[in-house]
Amino acid sequence: MAKKLTLAAPAQQAAYEPRKEDFAFLRARDIETDQNFASQGYWKGVLLHFFKNRRAVIGLIIVSLIIFFAVVGPMMSGFGYRDIVQTRNENNKRVVAKGISPQIPWLQRLLTGEEPSGAFGGYTFLFGTDDLGRDLWTRTWYGARVSLLIAFITIIIDMIIGMSYGLISGYFGGMADNIMQRFVEIANSVPRLVIVSVLAIFMPKGMGLVIVALLLTEWIGMSKIARAEMLKIKEQEYVLASRTLGARHSHIIFREILPNTIGPIITQVMFSIPTAIFTEAFLSFVGVGIVLPQCSVGTLIEDGFNNITTLPYQILPPIVVLALLMLGFNFIGDGLREALAPKIEDM
Amino acid sequence: MLKYVLKRVGMALLTLLIITFLLFVLVRIMPGNPFPSERMSDEQIANKRAEMGLDDPILVQFGRYMAGVLQGDFGKGTSLYYGAPIKTVLSTAISNSFRIGGIAILVGTLAGLALGITAALNRGRFMDGFCTVFSILGVCVPSYVFLIFLQYNFAFRIPFFPYFFDPNRFLFSTVMPSLSLSLFTMSTIARFTRNEMVEVFDSDYVRLAESKGLYGRKLVLRHVLRNALIPIVTVLAPLVVDLLTGALVVEKIYGINGIGKLMVDAIAGEGIDYNYVLALGILYSTLYIGVMLLVDLLYGVLDPRIRVSAKAEEG
Repeated sequence: MAKKLTLAAPAQQAAYEPRKEDFAFLRARDIETDQNFASQGYWKGVLLHFFKNRRAVIGLIIVSLIIFFAVVGPMMSGFGYRDIVQTRNENNKRVVAKGISPQIPWLQRLLTGEEPSGAFGGYTFLFGTDDLGRDLWTRTWYGARVSLLIAFITIIIDMIIGMSYGLISGYFGGMADNIMQRFVEIANSVPRLVIVSVLAIFMPKGMGLVIVALLLTEWIGMSKIARAEMLKIKEQEYVLASRTLGARHSHIIFREILPNTIGPIITQVMFSIPTAIFTEAFLSFVGVGIVLPQCSVGTLIEDGFNNITTLPYQILPPIVVLALLMLGFNFIGDGLREALAPKIEDM
Repeated sequence: MLKYVLKRVGMALLTLLIITFLLFVLVRIMPGNPFPSERMSDEQIANKRAEMGLDDPILVQFGRYMAGVLQGDFGKGTSLYYGAPIKTVLSTAISNSFRIGGIAILVGTLAGLALGITAALNRGRFMDGFCTVFSILGVCVPSYVFLIFLQYNFAFRIPFFPYFFDPNRFLFSTVMPSLSLSLFTMSTIARFTRNEMVEVFDSDYVRLAESKGLYGRKLVLRHVLRNALIPIVTVLAPLVVDLLTGALVVEKIYGINGIGKLMVDAIAGEGIDYNYVLALGILYSTLYIGVMLLVDLLYGVLDPRIRVSAKAEEG
């Protein structure tokens, strides 16, 4: 169009005669669709923003995949997480699959054209076996399952505690708020390490200690966010209206206000889950977390570290799973935060 | 301003006192007998208890303990180091940990700032992408994993650095633990600096400064960086805490006799050493509260608006 006009412009004589080939039908993708955010529901908008965010989608895929493998992975190999894989060799002697590096027989056959040899030649060990002869594929996903379970359980309980605490503190304000906030300040001033060490005196090492340590520390962040949201919302008209109609405090807090604070709280949950996984891995590595023969990502990293000079491949799977979990949850959290409070230029 | 400082310091001290008291009580009400009872008669135990003041009211005991702590006397370990005085063990541990932690914080902060500033100045180009990838990596990979990687490659396969910490080759054996500890600090600060600087660059007052003819180093240092630094200071406190936590495993892996390793030994060994738990608990809490206080005060120095609002509060 533009080209034609400039060609025609200097001459200024013959009127333009429309020709058939100058025109084409508009296809659907040529028409700019107007995405009007005002007309759709709040959560639909959030979801739309979330799925437009490439990183958030990648995070969601990573986390979903790991959860999928954590659920079905241990069943796929046919070995138990504490089973020592063993068989009998040609002399009918018992041999244990100690320290076998990752092997896939059919791939070996394909690449070299030879039958894999040895007593365990026909076995598939995707991640290899550890120094005791346990299948690392099974153990890695079983460990991921334990770590994820601990994280989910504690963070959900923390969310309930922290949310209620923050909402109540923010709602009533005044003296109650003052006392409750002083308590939070003191609780927040105790380093997590100190809490763990004192707990270690009173509790046996193991999953319980990790869960209690996380319960005691992670609720604080949630309560702060819930309180800030409450302070933002509680002066709005609909709260006043509800109060005028005679609603009880509990109704206003949990029925009227809570649903409107849930966004930032879920975002905080997404950031707390990796913290929980990280803490669990750290405590298990140090030796106050998960105890044998149970395993988690942390104990697997420790096992790998102990055998690093002889079986260096052993440490890789749990580290990669841990890093991917951190990455995935952080991406989801970032995506949610942006989707819940989009800046004008993103719209 | 002075009143504000005093108020913050007072609050911090009070919090610390409360935490110390709670720790003391928790450790003292521990079930169990401090004396191996099968070799001592009941009378002997009673005498010993009275001699050590274990029958006094808890507040008296606490007062006595605190009086000792203020003079640096934490008592003796119950199982670690054959009951050597905690003071001597702790002082070497602190000096080791602080040197390595200090280098890590220094390197991490400076390198992080440099990386963040470079990324912000080259927005959308290679350095920016590198900064993003690096900061993601630093958040996802724990410092001890990084240390294991370094140890395997540069101490085991290529034996350039010592495999374990060697006090006689202090400088040489500090490189790997400090580097791995600084990774998290570096990546967090780099990401924060970049985002803050990008935001400040887009602000109206920087545009005004630019339109008045300011450019280059003066603009970046005086107008952008100063304003971008304020939020960065707030992340420093959690970073120091993360460093303390990370140091626990790093010291364990690398065999450094620091406070982190001491803590691991105290809680993860065969028996738990209560006196070490108490002493280290007090030490960690003091560090933590001290850093938070410092950041609070630094924040006031960096941001005049906070000084003003603090004055108004005194008002």
